[in-house]
Amino acid sequence: MHYLQQILFVVISVAAVWLFAKKAGEIKRNILLGKKEQLNDQPGKRWNNLLLLAFGQKKMFKNPLVAVMHFLIYAGFIIINLEVLEIVLDGILGTHRLFAPVLGNLYNWLINAFEWLALGVIVVCVVFLSRRNILQLKRFLSKDLNGWPRSDANYILFTEIILMSLFLTMNAADQVLQARGSEHYLQTGSFAVSSLISLLFSGLNDGSLTAIERSCWWLHIVGIFAFLNYLPYSKHLHILLAFPNAYFARLEPNGKMKNMPEVQKEVLYAMQPETVPADAVPPAHFGARDIFELSWKSLLDAYSCTECGRCTASCPANLTGKQLSPRRIMMATRDRMEDVGRNINQNKSFVTDNKTLLHDYISVEELRACTTCNACVEACPVSISPLDIITELRRSLIMEESNAPQEWNSTFSNIENNFAPWKFSPDERDKWVGEL
Amino acid sequence: MKVNTMAEMMAAGESPDILFWVGCAGSFDQRAQRITKAFAAILDKVGFKYAILGKEEACTGDPARRAGNEFLFQMMAYQNIQVLNGYGIKKIVTTCPHCFNTLKNEYPELGGNYEVIHHTTLLQQLIDEGRIKLKEGGSFKGKKISYHDSCYLGRANDIYEAPRKVLEALDAELVEMKRCRTNGLCCGAGGAQMFKEDEPGDKRINIERTDEALATGASFIASACPFCNTMMTDGVKNREKENEVAVLDLAEMIAASME
Repeated sequence: MHYLQQILFVVISVAAVWLFAKKAGEIKRNILLGKKEQLNDQPGKRWNNLLLLAFGQKKMFKNPLVAVMHFLIYAGFIIINLEVLEIVLDGILGTHRLFAPVLGNLYNWLINAFEWLALGVIVVCVVFLSRRNILQLKRFLSKDLNGWPRSDANYILFTEIILMSLFLTMNAADQVLQARGSEHYLQTGSFAVSSLISLLFSGLNDGSLTAIERSCWWLHIVGIFAFLNYLPYSKHLHILLAFPNAYFARLEPNGKMKNMPEVQKEVLYAMQPETVPADAVPPAHFGARDIFELSWKSLLDAYSCTECGRCTASCPANLTGKQLSPRRIMMATRDRMEDVGRNINQNKSFVTDNKTLLHDYISVEELRACTTCNACVEACPVSISPLDIITELRRSLIMEESNAPQEWNSTFSNIENNFAPWKFSPDERDKWVGEL
Repeated sequence: MKVNTMAEMMAAGESPDILFWVGCAGSFDQRAQRITKAFAAILDKVGFKYAILGKEEACTGDPARRAGNEFLFQMMAYQNIQVLNGYGIKKIVTTCPHCFNTLKNEYPELGGNYEVIHHTTLLQQLIDEGRIKLKEGGSFKGKKISYHDSCYLGRANDIYEAPRKVLEALDAELVEMKRCRTNGLCCGAGGAQMFKEDEPGDKRINIERTDEALATGASFIASACPFCNTMMTDGVKNREKENEVAVLDLAEMIAASME
């Protein structure tokens, strides 16, 4: 019986890690479907961004109250997971509270700290659930979240409450058993939060208490493994990808658009035909129609997005009722990547499905509404740029499809012929000088 | 007051300290021309040796690039860089944040390397150095002014303080809009929106921003971009407040307040 549990535990752990690794591999493969872009320069600045933006959650602190609550969940979740190390070792070795004799008083102190954090996490999760479901916050009411994304957010919060409650209930039962001097339950001293729950357990016999303690222990760890495997399908993946996303964030001024050296060359060849090399090949793409033509960083962005909607809440187009929602741009990009990923899983390599990110997932009307004001980029706590995707898709619309509103076509021809976006004669450019 | 073109300066065997890049709005738009003239007057008054490109200046390509027309952008950049490099230009000042952003951030990769400065930064420097002297009790003294952040100065290039310091020098009362600095709301003109109708929605962006500016109770809305200026001026007119609230560029405010 004893060994059976250990074997079962090892099997479950290995299966959970294997499944997660497999899906993580698919996500990595999907991200690398994007175009190459070198983002390794200036490691000092990049580490700084990782520490400040990802670890320190700097941008979250634009709203300090929410930032502190979010930080509590995050810190709680990470720190309490130290306890998982003990749980895993106990599971493999068939021991109980392996670290308690080794750490002595420190053990009691640590578990107490975990319990306070667990309580904090539960409280904040309840607050966040009410923010999402009771308070009428515009960014959570948005139609962007209709269906699965709204449920996803609630499932995450519920799961965290359940996991923390299991942890506390397990400790509560453990304490009653300790107090009764039950075999296997070694003395650890009392735990602050769970001792309150243990008051409810005083009437139960040792058998029931052991059953509660063991069930909670198993449900807690199996729950964590399940949650680990839920992450890659959820917006919650940001707890992992926020870190690389901050590291690889662009370091140039936000105003600088990515150059297109292939177009630069084409123009140079047109202006100076003598520079055309004999083996010049015209570029295959101008801008992006699909995820394959976006930078891999934009694809990492899409997987890092936790759909918080700070981008959309700051977007001037969205605020004034236009279709564009930067959050939806990121969600649509991830949806496309998942569809392409499934396609590759089925067919070994991508077989065309007659769909593209542009048009089938993101509409022309959305793209047209962007003022390139960088509010979305500035607002994102995890260094995502919806603007990079928008401008790349716009490039494809104009250069591959010649799809522009009539006014823009006039603007283009004015710039080309009159060197200004309006229909003025270039000779009048310095007319103002004569009026001084 | 004489404004020299680069061609004239070259012919006279001289070279300017700085090139004033006027931009398309500053050259052709009647409202923006007033900003251009005010800034030229300031440069003249402080004794700057400056020149313009005149008819040789062309659109930087910013709206074309943001709309998605990279070919047109590259063509304009190529031409402009040929002209600028031909004259051996080292330093450029511009009254347009879009030209500023393109010249400063996007031309270097294409072979155009210049020291580029926005006029609000230059004004701040000139005030700090004492080269711009402001009248005691100027017309903005004690008046409420709200500064509208241009996206292409602010978020695009992290310039938030220089324009505010210039306004502080006017002895005015600076009142911030709810969304300011990094959270500033766009006027609605960027990304080539200036040149087309809005997409379907329930409000124009410039009206949303103007309402916010009007809510501060300021009598002046200060802008640092000719496009923002147009958008906010239209917004104020739309709300029928043009008799109470004026939209002015920082250059106009300083020019009107100099000794």
